[in-house]
Amino acid sequence: MPTISAVEHDGSKSARQPLESVVVRFAGDSGDGIQLTGSQFTQTTALARNDLATFPDYPAEIRAPAGTTFGVSAFQINFGSRQILTPGDEPDVLIALNPAALKVNLATLKPAGLVITDATVFTDRNLRKAGYTANPLEDGSLSKFRVIPVDIARLTLEAVKDLGLTQKEALRCKNLLTLGLIYWLYDRDRQPTIDWLEKKFAKRPEIAKANIAALNAGHAYGETMELEGTVDTYTVPSADIAPGLYRNVTGAEALAWGLVAGAKLAGLKLFCGSYPITPASTLLHILSGLKHYDVVTFQAEDEIAAVCSAIGASYAGALGVTSSSGPGVALKTEALGLAVGVELPLIVVNAQRAGPSTGLPTKTEQSDLYQAVFGRNADTPLAVLAARAPSDCFDVAVEAVRIAVTHMTPVIVLTDGYIANASEPWLIPDADGFAVPPVEFRTDAESFHPYLRDEKTLARAWAVPGTPGLEHRVGGIEKDFDTGNISYDPENHQRMTDVRAQKIACIADGLPPLVPEQGNKKGRLAVVGWGSTFGSISRAVSNLRDDGVDVTHIHLRHIWPLPSDLGDLLRGFDQVVVAEMNQGQLLTVVRSETLVAAEGLNKVTGQPFKISEIEAAVRTRLES
Amino acid sequence: MNVVTPGEKLTAKDFTSDQEVRWCPGCGDYAIVSAVQGTLAELGVSREKTVFVSGIGCAARFPYYMATYGFHTIHGRAPAIATGIKLTNPELDVWVVSGDGDALSIGGNHLFHLLRRNVDVQFLLFNNEIYGLTKGQYSPTSRVGTRSPSTPMGSLDNPVVAASFALGSGARFVARSVDTLRKPLSQVLKRAYEHRGASFVEIFQNCIVYNDAVFSSFTAKDLAADNQLHVEDGKPLLFGRESNRGLRMKPDAFELEIVTVGENGIVEADVLVHDEKNHLLASMLAALQPPAFPMALGVIYCDPAPGYETNVTAQIEEAKANSPAADLNALMRQGHTWTVKG
Repeated sequence: MPTISAVEHDGSKSARQPLESVVVRFAGDSGDGIQLTGSQFTQTTALARNDLATFPDYPAEIRAPAGTTFGVSAFQINFGSRQILTPGDEPDVLIALNPAALKVNLATLKPAGLVITDATVFTDRNLRKAGYTANPLEDGSLSKFRVIPVDIARLTLEAVKDLGLTQKEALRCKNLLTLGLIYWLYDRDRQPTIDWLEKKFAKRPEIAKANIAALNAGHAYGETMELEGTVDTYTVPSADIAPGLYRNVTGAEALAWGLVAGAKLAGLKLFCGSYPITPASTLLHILSGLKHYDVVTFQAEDEIAAVCSAIGASYAGALGVTSSSGPGVALKTEALGLAVGVELPLIVVNAQRAGPSTGLPTKTEQSDLYQAVFGRNADTPLAVLAARAPSDCFDVAVEAVRIAVTHMTPVIVLTDGYIANASEPWLIPDADGFAVPPVEFRTDAESFHPYLRDEKTLARAWAVPGTPGLEHRVGGIEKDFDTGNISYDPENHQRMTDVRAQKIACIADGLPPLVPEQGNKKGRLAVVGWGSTFGSISRAVSNLRDDGVDVTHIHLRHIWPLPSDLGDLLRGFDQVVVAEMNQGQLLTVVRSETLVAAEGLNKVTGQPFKISEIEAAVRTRLES
Repeated sequence: MNVVTPGEKLTAKDFTSDQEVRWCPGCGDYAIVSAVQGTLAELGVSREKTVFVSGIGCAARFPYYMATYGFHTIHGRAPAIATGIKLTNPELDVWVVSGDGDALSIGGNHLFHLLRRNVDVQFLLFNNEIYGLTKGQYSPTSRVGTRSPSTPMGSLDNPVVAASFALGSGARFVARSVDTLRKPLSQVLKRAYEHRGASFVEIFQNCIVYNDAVFSSFTAKDLAADNQLHVEDGKPLLFGRESNRGLRMKPDAFELEIVTVGENGIVEADVLVHDEKNHLLASMLAALQPPAFPMALGVIYCDPAPGYETNVTAQIEEAKANSPAADLNALMRQGHTWTVKG
């Protein structure tokens, strides 16, 4: 085996073609270390100053039988020298580590795309498990692609044979060999991964060595041996991105940090009561590791107890947070009504997933907008925000805290499985640089009652237990507007219902003017989006505009109340298309609130919109 | 609101809010709220640090009548809300007031977890064996055969023994009393207050409208002495008009039997002595049912352990001690970062 030192590859050996952007999809068995391979490639790519977006695509099963199609795990990364906003529509390169991974992922590959497979594992048995009757590497069915069968398993065993590992341990290094090969293909520096391996396996240096040997062998395989001349190699120049300090961040991380930052600015302890559910649990995990930031986490016995504990925490003077996904939020509904009635700040994070019921727990959908905006008994308004991308979760979390404490209201934050788990580079902000007013608890007993309101925000006075002289009772029964005591008076109920609605409506008064993401404020067509469709819409609109098409992209963060200038803005367009991953939920709200005859562009396959789908939809509408 | 100067001794009246009490005339809840108000005054607690949390039901109106902090929440969920309050501010004295439907039917799961976690609250279960607020349906503590609007031919499901449920859930303090037994009730409330960790108190409460006299087998004046066993730590388990009846283990079976001191050669030393820390004995006492046995009242079990909020707080303090300079900006800049130059 040739020994290769991990030095910067100068790329001078053969001419590398510069690429503007590339989509690579790693796929293999759940046990093949696909997510780890993907995240290492992501780190290295970020260090090469490419912009990027990733999408981990897990199977729902924890450990499906090896080699089966439903046990395939994938990780897609789109990186480039231009701004990257989505994980990419169709991969340019598919790394399929077994027949099942090939079978599941081939359909998305670009024509003439590159397939790299582990030929060693294309055995009769594995082919059968994947549902192949013939070996696709031999029967010509892959003829429209460029296929590189590599004996990954054999090469891995060879690379680590002198290191005293068991066969099983040795084969676990396969993913690093693959990674080395891809590093060669895209001219990536191996050193960050080597550093990471040495740190990760500091207690088992032989494992670190083996993985590094596999990584280097994969690189060497591409560079010095079989592949030279048969495959084009590429270089992806640095992207032109805003200067500053960057890191990769997942939505769950950005959300957790944003909540901590917001609570700190508000001067409140953060309390998160949650119950495990895919894909929302990550937030609980991250916050549980932040106890030293005055964060209390509580894994409750169920979804109801989770939200109730958070309401109890807010009642006692903390910022209560609960997190879940649609089915869990459904269980929290009654308690949300209580939080609206007693007018306490509360943040409810819904990492949406495909439904109804259990639906597709690991797939992405935006179908809980109705639930968030309308899904409670009675007239029970609260604020709803949506994050558009992993890094946007930070800003949205801070904004949620601002609204919750300024208006004394629950705020639902909508993310989804894609946003929570995907990562993207993030220009790290100053956590102290956001405008959240410090909370001032009521301490003055003079003419106090718990439903005294701020004239501007309509927020009620927040007096917490422990404050002398302000002892009071609140509850789910209607309160008297003027005393805060129980009231069954009909006129009072009208008045309280009205003021609860006004309080939420007036949140819109404090919002900055709505500005299109791209395009003019008037024109032929506006695409309106919310949440994680941001990347696809943004790229599609950018492509169309490059092509001279008059189209505008408007993306909403504030779902309820809607920005008060939305109607005027939309009326400046001949056509308005609301693109969302549901059957038209924002569409309904936009139409009813603005009376603009918007139309829907909808998709519920569990996969994000493709850029091309949005482009095509816009062109069709403009041509008809 | 009155501002009380520090050191001023509060009376029961100081714990009474200005709200009109809306329970039915003759309801056992009146006696309980009065006992609680009196006991809090005797304990000398501060109003501002006291929080009453309730769910839904007749009993759940309780917080409105207390001049402390109060939170009337939703059906069955008071334990979860109380847990959030206590984890946020462990300094508060939190009382949960609940009924048999609220605590053992819709909220059974939350009560179970509150007790097993040992959250430092006083949980008062007003057991009247009926749904009062919804007008008289049978409850999870109703005896088999209870006729109610939803069970016109009599209820079929077996009732739960609340104290046994609490012991089985891992409660470290289980006590019982009766609404009208002011002194024993007050004593139990004081013990519950003093106990750190979850204190479970079942109070037999008469619903005069829908289930009147359901506890008369051990509360009626002529039957009380012979059918109430007031247990006290370290004292023999004696009861009866003449305090000469007692409990002992059967010599040939693992069960309790009633004996009479002075008959058949039985002396007081033969009678079991109550041991609050004995879980097995507590389980046997909790399960005793009149008329075959007396109803065990008082502190049946008390074996303290650190409260959940204490342990949660300790972990947070440990985390803070290990990372004294918790700086979010630094955290966000940890790990792989890179600088893009302008």
